[in-house]
Amino acid sequence: MTSTHTPHGATSAGERTAVLSARGLVKTFGRVVGLDGVDLNLYPGEVLAIIGDNGAGKSTLIKCLTGALVPDAGELVLDGKPVHFRRPQDAREAGIETVYQTLAVAPALDIASNLFLAREERRRGPLGSVLRMLDKKGMKERAGDSVKALGIATIQNMGQAVETLSGGQRQAVAVARAAAFGTKLVVLDEPTAALGVKESNQVLRTIEQLRDNGLPVILISHNMPHVWQLADRIHIQRLGRRAAVITPQSHNMTDGVAIMTGAATVAPEEMAPL
Amino acid sequence: MLDMARRARFVIPGGDVRLHHCTGDPGAMTPPDGRRHDVTAATEAGSTAPTSAAEELARRRHTPAQRIQHLLHSHPAISPALILVLTAIVFTALNPNFAQPNSLSLLVQQTAVIAALGIGQTLVILTAGIDLSVGAITILSTMVMATLAANNGVPGPLALLIGVLLGLAAGALNGLLVTRLNLPPFIVTLGTLSIFTAIALLYSGGQSIQEQKMPPILNWTGTAIRPFGPGSFYVTTGVVIVILLYLIVGFALSQTAWGRHVYAVGDDGEASRLAGIRVNRVLLSVYTVAGAIYGITAWVLIGRAGAASPNAITDANLSSITAVVIGGTSLFGGRGGLTGTLLGALIVQSFATGLSLAGVDAQYRLLAVGVLVIVAVAVDQWIRKVKA
Repeated sequence: MTSTHTPHGATSAGERTAVLSARGLVKTFGRVVGLDGVDLNLYPGEVLAIIGDNGAGKSTLIKCLTGALVPDAGELVLDGKPVHFRRPQDAREAGIETVYQTLAVAPALDIASNLFLAREERRRGPLGSVLRMLDKKGMKERAGDSVKALGIATIQNMGQAVETLSGGQRQAVAVARAAAFGTKLVVLDEPTAALGVKESNQVLRTIEQLRDNGLPVILISHNMPHVWQLADRIHIQRLGRRAAVITPQSHNMTDGVAIMTGAATVAPEEMAPL
Repeated sequence: MLDMARRARFVIPGGDVRLHHCTGDPGAMTPPDGRRHDVTAATEAGSTAPTSAAEELARRRHTPAQRIQHLLHSHPAISPALILVLTAIVFTALNPNFAQPNSLSLLVQQTAVIAALGIGQTLVILTAGIDLSVGAITILSTMVMATLAANNGVPGPLALLIGVLLGLAAGALNGLLVTRLNLPPFIVTLGTLSIFTAIALLYSGGQSIQEQKMPPILNWTGTAIRPFGPGSFYVTTGVVIVILLYLIVGFALSQTAWGRHVYAVGDDGEASRLAGIRVNRVLLSVYTVAGAIYGITAWVLIGRAGAASPNAITDANLSSITAVVIGGTSLFGGRGGLTGTLLGALIVQSFATGLSLAGVDAQYRLLAVGVLVIVAVAVDQWIRKVKA
């Protein structure tokens, strides 16, 4: 499925520099250890899938990456610079966009308003600076552009209320928002969990488009076929640790699930580069 | 791909419990309203595939009723506008005096106070809250500004300023209780309704203050502006102030980021928070602005009534909520607007004026308004079920 796409520098693993790199992340909740020293690298132009059983630390991991949780220990490096996110807004300002499982769209507002929610653009001149008027026309145009850039043909009217859209289209709006503002990377949490087959395929195409536009993607999913179809590398969490990093080429789904559940382990030399 | 996953289910030892996650079984994902869902999916596919039967069906489903639903969904002020026009036509037919400039002038002045309170009420209801302390805050501001000026020798403009700021502070208190203590707006404002009413009565000793005892600036809102419009139609300065309030708040709601955030917070608070809106800050600002509007309305009320009375506008809470609801603003938050509220306030007052001009018992006004409220909320519920 990924034959048309070669991740940047896949052949020269040693030389690539990570967009985002996490080292030794630890997060505990009282006596429960959510993350137990997790390392993660995300490289330009790749889709990194994170899979794992419930309670394996997937959500905790991405929450630490996106500022929703503050790790107890470990460091985050974004584009070569150490970063410390205290709240989601920090990560967003640094260029990390997250599409939450709950989508975080306001159903009664139109598509353009949702794309620019909390980031509205004002008109030029005194109308914008003194009267604080919104640049509605401009935002609609730019919303149309970013939806088009993701190859979503079924959404035409940016003035349409989000509640009149299908589930897949809503997901597309949420992804388009992330794509429009994510300058470094986009994190997608279970983007197809609530969708039917056709709508899922639409979202998968959108994610491919996102990657082809140059944004690296972290994809959390329980859906193995989707992961194997999209991912360049697969990070497997198990019991708060990184059990392995594999690629869809090096291991098949059966192996992946076996590692995820602890039925199999991967020797370090068999692993894909971190 | 699906085949691989299905095979995986049987191959891995010990992993079966978790494996329902990795099957792409479409049946498990179809929502309960499977039929509608299929049609939507087919329509999406239709952009690449030739016209399918399902797409035809989806297109044909736009019945006239659905078109009306869509129209009202995008323009919620249409239905109150129609009702107002109908009301005016019917009452003019029953008694031509209804359309006389004089009675229209009176109608507008009688609407002004409730219409002004409706602005604050609309803001609060847009955030999915409700404000029961509307009347109490207004009366408190009225009594404080009048008593300070009439009995304590405070200069008129200063007394006015203190009264308006007191309204603002009372609104801010509502907002703080809602955002900091996380109490439901209904309970908070039910409590402050009693508190502010009690303070106003205790402070004023239950006594009204007539306009002769107040400085001119407090009565200024009752000044008639003539000539205004054709014939003997006239407005008061208070009406002009209310219109200005509508223009300013209407602009903020429809043209600024703050307005967008008010709608978004009422629509889905959690989604707004995740999108980066500081929800509590928006809520606090809404209650504070509403309080300031009630404070200004107190000034308009003194001009309108020619006195400051602790027993005035006892029906302000329900009247303002009625105006907002008839105006098409949803009690569930996130949709509606000020145009509707103004129309709603005019409708309620038209019923009162029209029925008394028609010689009908005033109690029928209550009856008619009650029916209208229920119809308005029913229509709102219907509109919310809109589909593409």
